[in-house]
Amino acid sequence: MSTSFEGTHSYIASPELRQVVDIASALQKPLLIRGEPGTGKTLLAYAVAEALGLNLLRWHVKSTTRAQDGLYHYDTVQRLNDSRFGEGDVSDIEHYIRLGALGQAFESEERAVVLIDEIDKADVEFPNDLLHELDQMRFTISETGREVVARHRPLIIITSNAEKELPDAFLRRCIFHYIDFPDPALMRSIVEVHHPGLDRQLLDACLKKFYWLREQPQLRKRPSTSELVDWIGAMLRAGLSPDVLDNEIPFLGVLLKKEADLTRFTRGR
Amino acid sequence: MFIDFFFLLRRAGVPVSTTEFLALCQGLQAGLARESLHGFYVLARATLIKRAEHFDLYDQVFAAYFKDRPFQPEHTGSELHDELLTWLDQAADLPVPTAEELAKLERMNLDELRQAFEDRLAEQDERHDGGNRWIGTGGTSPFGHSGHNPAGIRVGGASQNRSAVQVATERRFRNLRTDLVLDTRQISLALRKLRDLAREGRADELDLDATIEATGKNAGDIELVFRPPRHNRLKLLLLMDVGGSMTPHTHLTSLLFSAANRAHHFQAFEAYYFHNCFYETLYTDMERRQGKPTAEVLAAVDDSWRCVVVGDAAMAPTELTAPGGAIDYYHFNEESGWTWLNRLAERVPRTAWINPDDPRWWGSYTTRQIGQLFEMFPLTLEGLDAAISKIR
Repeated sequence: MSTSFEGTHSYIASPELRQVVDIASALQKPLLIRGEPGTGKTLLAYAVAEALGLNLLRWHVKSTTRAQDGLYHYDTVQRLNDSRFGEGDVSDIEHYIRLGALGQAFESEERAVVLIDEIDKADVEFPNDLLHELDQMRFTISETGREVVARHRPLIIITSNAEKELPDAFLRRCIFHYIDFPDPALMRSIVEVHHPGLDRQLLDACLKKFYWLREQPQLRKRPSTSELVDWIGAMLRAGLSPDVLDNEIPFLGVLLKKEADLTRFTRGR
Repeated sequence: MFIDFFFLLRRAGVPVSTTEFLALCQGLQAGLARESLHGFYVLARATLIKRAEHFDLYDQVFAAYFKDRPFQPEHTGSELHDELLTWLDQAADLPVPTAEELAKLERMNLDELRQAFEDRLAEQDERHDGGNRWIGTGGTSPFGHSGHNPAGIRVGGASQNRSAVQVATERRFRNLRTDLVLDTRQISLALRKLRDLAREGRADELDLDATIEATGKNAGDIELVFRPPRHNRLKLLLLMDVGGSMTPHTHLTSLLFSAANRAHHFQAFEAYYFHNCFYETLYTDMERRQGKPTAEVLAAVDDSWRCVVVGDAAMAPTELTAPGGAIDYYHFNEESGWTWLNRLAERVPRTAWINPDDPRWWGSYTTRQIGQLFEMFPLTLEGLDAAISKIR
């Protein structure tokens, strides 16, 4: 495994973020990532896995997700079904144990990256239910009594939108980083990655408008990086020149997603 | 080694624990600080601070610890006058002082310096470049930046060599503090905590546990069991003060209203407007033209409802206490506002008053009076959370 994370050709990470990934990896603690929507929280896990050459296991959390789902799932319905129709080896419960993302990472021959995406979507108690497993990196399948112990402690990346306050006991065990909104210099290199060889003048004009728009206090939802990239893409495809931006913002709908914001800025022109 | 730093953080109100401090030590041992102060800044923040809201405090403590810059918890956020910061940002180039002048300046100790700094900050009222007394840019006064004084206090400004302390001084995370702005999304999330769940209605949700149980009893022949889905039974009454002294808060109040209005999960939601205090009429529009008798509104609610009142509670005492005290002179109220407020408190015991004014200004007679009747919370994310857990 290579030692430090430098970002990838398609994912530009700030120096602070790169250092934090190294810290989490060296201290073998889960890395909790927060930040505005569209700052690349989820993509970070993909980039880390790619850059370090590790396998990525994803666990997308929903409102109904329980902590158990990430460890294993005992497929009782399949077993019941098999027993009714005389298929499969019903006598061995192990056949009906399906490992979740964490379980698979523990059993994996090589170190893996586990993404626990949007942890705050689940119930408030959800992170607490995972404390033991994240600390000890082991769990027991109660149906068979088998203990799954991590061969290599996986690098766990957890993203959160700050919808719910996470429990203190959980936070204490994590390494934390807040992805700050990129400054114009970093944004420039991010856009370069998505639109290589972009005209300098156009980029300057677009960034100027974009940061101006973000600073408008009445906005309900401020446009993010991904929206900027899409917007520049639309400008390029339409073949518009930078001068257009002096008088209007074309394709405003790509940047502003709330109807109230859109009407405010189209009317104000 | 950094034990003092740890305790300084705790004293500043950042909840750091021993576990986290040990993680920091572990990181230092592993060489993760990359032998630089900035490396240490990132390492310590990643291991010790778990909430973006605390980044600003961390920056201040860091700056105070690694450079003798004053840190006073009671004035966090305002110790450097913003205006002062802006004018310091544009430094003037001035000649280097002589060795003799420098020696004279070296004599001040930090306490004297700090005292003198505060005195001078209080005296000074305009921009200043050069010279040896006022806080400004260039010059040999001990206060300011880009100047020459060996024992000086640096006040804001940019530097050629960005050290970690300077990064911390920038206080980039100032606007992540929870005591600041709210947006609709945050409000809806806070409102989502208002829940009173119960199973009601048609049984159309599969109850897996009961199904397994029944199937087991049925000797393996699958037996499906259904149950009604869960619904929120919570009923919310929202009363908002509009106009007059509330005008500056219109944006925030309307955010709260639209968040509550769009939160589909309430069983019932009613919203009314009033000006300063309400009497026998509550209004359904912000212009207060369409009214509904308050008695009727109160009759329709009961103690299963929750009520949130948004208002600054600041008014002339008579508006609250006297019949006929209403602010609109053509409107004569038979009964005092206080009587009506008491009726609300009796009818809906779970009522919280949200006051958009800064709590420091809650000293007026009517504010204190109303605060005795309803618990008062500031219109911030923290305040809203506290209000909601109070009436839940």
